[in-house]
Amino acid sequence: LKQLESGLLLVTGPYKVNGVPLKRVNQSYVIATSTKVNISGVDVSKVNDDYFKREKAPKAKKTEDNFFAQSTEQKKELSEDKKKTQKAVDAALLKTLKTDKLLAKYLGARFSLTKGMRAHELQF
Amino acid sequence: RTSAILSKMVYKRFVEIGRVAFVSFGEDQGKLCAVVDIVDQNRALIDGPNIRRQAIGFKFLHLTGFVIQIGHGAGTTAVKKAWEKEGIEEKWQQSRWYKKLQMKATRRQLSDFDRFKLMKVKQRRSWLIKMEMGRLKKAQKK
Repeated sequence: LKQLESGLLLVTGPYKVNGVPLKRVNQSYVIATSTKVNISGVDVSKVNDDYFKREKAPKAKKTEDNFFAQSTEQKKELSEDKKKTQKAVDAALLKTLKTDKLLAKYLGARFSLTKGMRAHELQF
Repeated sequence: RTSAILSKMVYKRFVEIGRVAFVSFGEDQGKLCAVVDIVDQNRALIDGPNIRRQAIGFKFLHLTGFVIQIGHGAGTTAVKKAWEKEGIEEKWQQSRWYKKLQMKATRRQLSDFDRFKLMKVKQRRSWLIKMEMGRLKKAQKK
C-alpha cells in the first residue's frame, strides 16, 4: 500500500482474500510484479510504524502462587480498533477486486515453481 | 531444384547462393540473411535487409526453405531487391518456425499474473476435454 518511514512496505491481503492482514514487510523478502491494483480509494494515512508497536502487557505480580501456577498464555487479541482499520482499508480494495475475480483468485493463490520454471529467467 | 534426384535425397536444404538462413548466434541472432558467396569451407558471405554484410560461419546459420535469385557476390541493393521480389518477409512470418519463435518470446515475457491466468485457462481446457471424453465413453458403453 505504501512505504513506511522505516523503509518497510505496508501490505494487506486483503484479509478476506488470503488471510494476510495489514502488516509490514521487508523489501528484501519481496519480489515486485508488473501487476498493479488501483488503490486510489484506500486511506492508509493513519497507519504508520507506530501502529505496529508492541502493546505492553501489564506485569503480573511475582508471588509464589503465580510462579507455580501454570502459565496460561493469554492469546493476544487484536484490538477492535485495528480490526476496524483493517476492514476500512480492505473495503476499497475489495471493491476493485470484485470486478476482476481472477485477480482476487491470484492474490489468494500461493506461488510455487514448477518443472521447467527457472526463477532467474522468469519475468514477474 | 525440383529434380527427381533431389526429391530422394535426405537433405533438402542446401547452402547455395541465395539460400535464406536464420542467424542463430551472436549480435544478429534471430535475423534472416541470404548467402551471397562462399568464403571457404566454414564461412559464407551473408547479407540481408536487417543485417550487415559480413562473413559468418556456417555453424551459426540455420538454413530455411527459402531461396532468392541473386548472382554470387551480389551487392546489398541487389540482395534487397531479390528479397522483396520473393516476398521473404511475408513467407517467413507465415512459417511455423517463426510462429514458434514468437510464442517462445511471449512466454518468456509473461508476468506472474499472466502465468496464473494461463494456468487457469489450461485447467479449464483439460476439464472440458475430460468432460467430453467422459460423455463419449458413456455413449460407447451403451
